[in-house]
Amino acid sequence: MRTISYLEAIREAIIEEMKRDPAVFFMGEDIAAYGGAFGVSKGLLQLFGPERVRNTPMSEAAITGVAAGAAIAGMRPIVEIMFMDFITLAMDQLLNHATQYRYTSNGQIKVPFVLRTPSGGGRGYGSTHSKSLEPLLQGIPGLKIVAPSTAYDAKGLLKAAIRDDNPIIFIENKLLYSKVSEVPEEEYTIHLGQATIVREGSALTLVSYGRMLQESVEVVTQLGAAVEIIDLRTLRPIDIALITASVKKTGKVLIVEEGFKTGGLAAEIVAQIVERCFDYLDAPIKRLASEDIPIPCTPILEQEVLPNKSKIMKAIRELL
Amino acid sequence: MVNLPQEALALYQKMLYIRMFEERVAFLFTRGLIHGTAHFYVGQEAVAVGVCSALQKDDFVTSTHRGHGHALAKGLHPGRFLAELQGKKDGFCSGRAGTQHTISFADHFLANGVTGGAAVTGTGIALAFKMQKKEQVVVSFIGDGAMNEGHFHEALNLAAIWKLPIIYVCENNLYAMSTHTKETMIVQELYQRAASYGLETFGVDGNDVLAIQQQIKTIIGGVRGGNGPVFLECKTYRQSGHSKNDQRVYRTREEEEEWKQKDPILRLAHILQQTFHYDESELHKVQAEISGQIEEAVQFAESSLFPMKETVHDHVFA
Repeated sequence: MRTISYLEAIREAIIEEMKRDPAVFFMGEDIAAYGGAFGVSKGLLQLFGPERVRNTPMSEAAITGVAAGAAIAGMRPIVEIMFMDFITLAMDQLLNHATQYRYTSNGQIKVPFVLRTPSGGGRGYGSTHSKSLEPLLQGIPGLKIVAPSTAYDAKGLLKAAIRDDNPIIFIENKLLYSKVSEVPEEEYTIHLGQATIVREGSALTLVSYGRMLQESVEVVTQLGAAVEIIDLRTLRPIDIALITASVKKTGKVLIVEEGFKTGGLAAEIVAQIVERCFDYLDAPIKRLASEDIPIPCTPILEQEVLPNKSKIMKAIRELL
Repeated sequence: MVNLPQEALALYQKMLYIRMFEERVAFLFTRGLIHGTAHFYVGQEAVAVGVCSALQKDDFVTSTHRGHGHALAKGLHPGRFLAELQGKKDGFCSGRAGTQHTISFADHFLANGVTGGAAVTGTGIALAFKMQKKEQVVVSFIGDGAMNEGHFHEALNLAAIWKLPIIYVCENNLYAMSTHTKETMIVQELYQRAASYGLETFGVDGNDVLAIQQQIKTIIGGVRGGNGPVFLECKTYRQSGHSKNDQRVYRTREEEEEWKQKDPILRLAHILQQTFHYDESELHKVQAEISGQIEEAVQFAESSLFPMKETVHDHVFA
């Protein structure tokens, strides 16, 4: 099978969906001629023209709110927020508008749009261009969150997200953009809300997503340990059924995420595991996340804040 | 100017309807039949009625926390609207939206309680209309408070650069809740602030329904034809407090009295009598008819049931 990068997979998904459905269009900062800060949308302007590939001013709130409005009126916008850190500028339009309209209207309207945003550290960009703010978005009713870890998943999940009738945040870890994996030429989509077991094992359940999932896979492969690895793929809603089934088998859990630890995604997963299968646990659940520290630029300190392979290895060894 | 006396009388009927509807809403609050809050539109009726009188049925209106007048002027069924305020299942949103968030998609109407927020949504609807090559326009009502909200300025700029078919109608009633515009901005002519984005702007007497209607009729063809957005400031006054429990300690009774003299409904009644030669009994007749219609709305809302609690989970997702 052919292999393409995570970035190319995302671009292919956008192109295919824009070709399939004239209601789909793309907007964001520097996404037209420049091709997006990370190059995801290179060539889109030439393919679809400025009406459907819309460069915007630096106006995250308006981009997000306007996407919601256009979605209500029959369009299917894809928007790019250049760094996930900037999603805070769009927060009100997300949580007081886009995600509320369907429910408060009692189902009269739908708000189908996808907000794509690159997340994560490890590139020395510092505290305003490195965060993984997934935890901030967990408590928003009406929102779905997707965070693929491979090129294959990125393409299939993005195509499904674009066809979904709800507001969706699609998180792309920056360090995954260049990662290559097998992606078929044929069309496919991946159901939202379904996690997947990427490696079977009986001694420990490791739950992760995005870049930390890939780091975890490398560590487990190196250790050759009997660790069952679950890739969440969708962060909201969480596929708790798959996780609990695995926990009942292994009795031990490690959750690895790149977001800040306090109030993080792991905290929510731990709570749900404890609610559902407390009696099956053979050891305290372990969480590995970023330290509650603004992300520093200098690599020596940044590595201290973020989870990494050696921290994952240490955590696995402690549990096994 | 409006030439036909009947047209002027129709505007009078609509304004008075809104006034009397809200008086009834206030009464229902005192009786405990409406739960929550309400932001009354008393004194500003000319804006909603003047603007909406020039719209087509499928033009879209976005509204604010102070939206009763906009909803009724846009043509929402008053009984269903009152049922919404009372949290009943025959309300447009089955009571989920209430006074600040009513949506009737069939009527092309959407409100949101965040200052300036729905105007951003409206800007997106205008983008869709443009991309779909439709002839519909959007009117987004905002207040003076929204002039200090960042998302509104972002949307205004976006509408200007993309030439979107939208009219921002700013009801400058001088107070954002309790705070006078003099405390919150140096430039008191709000249309001048908007003009810096390079769109057409106008200021009009917001208590003169005929002037507002005339102004909208003058500009709407250009907006519909693709000339880009317009910002219209209507200078008016909120005769009521901010919301139902406001004691209005931040302003004088003299100031309020001054503005009551400029009441838009009294003003039009005067014109109807002086210019169009209606006599007082004809205006009383209008009032009596409205009383009857409001009674029907009240009966409709009262006979509606509350939604079943089992429906609480419906429609979180599409």
